[in-house]
Amino acid sequence: MITKITKEDVDRVALLGRLELTGEEKEMFTRQLNDILEHFQFLERLDTANVQPTAHVLPLKNVLREDWAGQHMSREDALANCPDREDDYFKVPRIV
Amino acid sequence: MQLFRLTAHELHDLLIKKEISAIEITEAVFDRIASVEEKVGAYLNRTRERALAQARVVDGQIRKGEKIFPLSGIPIAIKDNMCTDGITTTAGSKILANFIPPYSATVVKKLDAAGTVMVGKTNLDEFAMGSSTENSAFFTTRNPWDTGRVPGGSSGGSAAAVAAGEAVCALGSDTGGSIRLPASFCGVVGMKPTYGAVSRFGLIAYASSLDQIGPFTRDVTDCALMLNIICGHDPLDSTSVNFKAPDYTGFLVNDVRGMRIGVPEEYMAEGIDPEVRDVIGKAMALLQSLGANVEYTTLPHTEYALPTYYLIAPAEASSNLARYDGVRYGLRAEEVEDIIDMFIKTRSQGFGSEVKRRIMLGTYALSAGYYDAYYLKALKVRTLIKEDFDRAFEKYDLLISPVSPTTAFRIGEKTDDPLKMYLSDVCTISVNLAGIPGMSIPCGFAGGLPVGLQLMGRHFNEGALLRAAYTFEQNTDYHKRFPEL
Repeated sequence: MITKITKEDVDRVALLGRLELTGEEKEMFTRQLNDILEHFQFLERLDTANVQPTAHVLPLKNVLREDWAGQHMSREDALANCPDREDDYFKVPRIV
Repeated sequence: MQLFRLTAHELHDLLIKKEISAIEITEAVFDRIASVEEKVGAYLNRTRERALAQARVVDGQIRKGEKIFPLSGIPIAIKDNMCTDGITTTAGSKILANFIPPYSATVVKKLDAAGTVMVGKTNLDEFAMGSSTENSAFFTTRNPWDTGRVPGGSSGGSAAAVAAGEAVCALGSDTGGSIRLPASFCGVVGMKPTYGAVSRFGLIAYASSLDQIGPFTRDVTDCALMLNIICGHDPLDSTSVNFKAPDYTGFLVNDVRGMRIGVPEEYMAEGIDPEVRDVIGKAMALLQSLGANVEYTTLPHTEYALPTYYLIAPAEASSNLARYDGVRYGLRAEEVEDIIDMFIKTRSQGFGSEVKRRIMLGTYALSAGYYDAYYLKALKVRTLIKEDFDRAFEKYDLLISPVSPTTAFRIGEKTDDPLKMYLSDVCTISVNLAGIPGMSIPCGFAGGLPVGLQLMGRHFNEGALLRAAYTFEQNTDYHKRFPEL
């Protein structure tokens, strides 16, 4: 299961995670991710072919509520922390 | 009388006898903060005016002869990853350095409604990712027992505040040990309740299938009093369980006769510091002498818990932290070309090293081609770990172990080696993976530093933990020791 992580892998994963790494960080993460995943390799020893995965420990399912209109945060409160706005909208740089 | 050294229930007794006022308690705690905070560094933000206003309300109620709640007028610190309406909440991160939440977490609202006094917001590892508070973007909190050492993490500020007399109680959050580890290192009581027992609405998410809020206190009675306030169903948290929370003080019984207590041998094996093991051995003997049936047992998949946790938690974190994009709140990078560039620059400037490391690890484990080998594998092993506990609890009411393989380590000792840091959590992470309650209580000292005893129980059986912890405490005096600062 273990494949050695290359600097190219680190570049690809950083892009997926929307991170830009410095040269130093790239080197550090390549080394550390390899160390960590190599240490974790012994998970392979366990046969889990017939084991169900546990994503969540509680038997909760489809938690719904009645469809009614309630009190919600005001528009001003919701916008209060945004770095940039125009009227009642969040403003962002050019998308297309 | 040094008011800042007393427990909440002792202070409550003095309040209702009108021997002291809530204002005096609050002032005593802020005076203590003024004299020791420079050495400890527990707080990111102190809320003195709000605290005094809350204390005045309680004093007014007492003056009018109204009945007050058990924790009315008690100064409480809140970990800075819980939202507080109108008060900066940073999660220990530069990316939220100026974030002022427009609402309070459910636990904060519950504490306010219960008449408690909020002292301030405590330091933590950035986004609760760490075991020492050294990952805070602002500063490292110091252990009140030895200021050259870490307080544990990630809720290190909350634990240090309670240990140093800078708060009477505190709230922390625990994803892989972040309440129990600092409680152990700082010599206070810390409990991670059952997953789903306490609302997480308003808790800044790290790993949502594992995160849980819980209390730090100076003794077990205060722990029960805090649980009485914070436990219970919340429609605003879809993972909160609809159950009737008991009166937790009902479990404060000085009697463990007939209790079946298992000690998983994997938690006492190689890698545990011999002095720590010795202290835990004495705690086992004490519980045995008090009438419990203590014996060794096994949780055979224990060694797999660390990799399982460090695949699942970063995977969930990488998804949870996608929200920090500079659009709606938090930092936004300047001088960007387009929106993708803005996301990338904002996140790269705003997140610290450990957060980036976990986003990288989690993103990798979830990425095409590796999902089955890493993430899905970890979810399956999680099932095996949970089944270990299910089997053990058929035979035992309670499991006990050390909280950590060592006492508090030196500042800087593990910062260069993430894997070494992760190993500090080796005794605590299984509890989160299984979703069961876990607790740390002071059970002795090794080399002058506190050692914590971990108690683990069945889902929603916090009662068994409280009963054994209370009995242990009534027959020892470790919880009464106070660090010299």
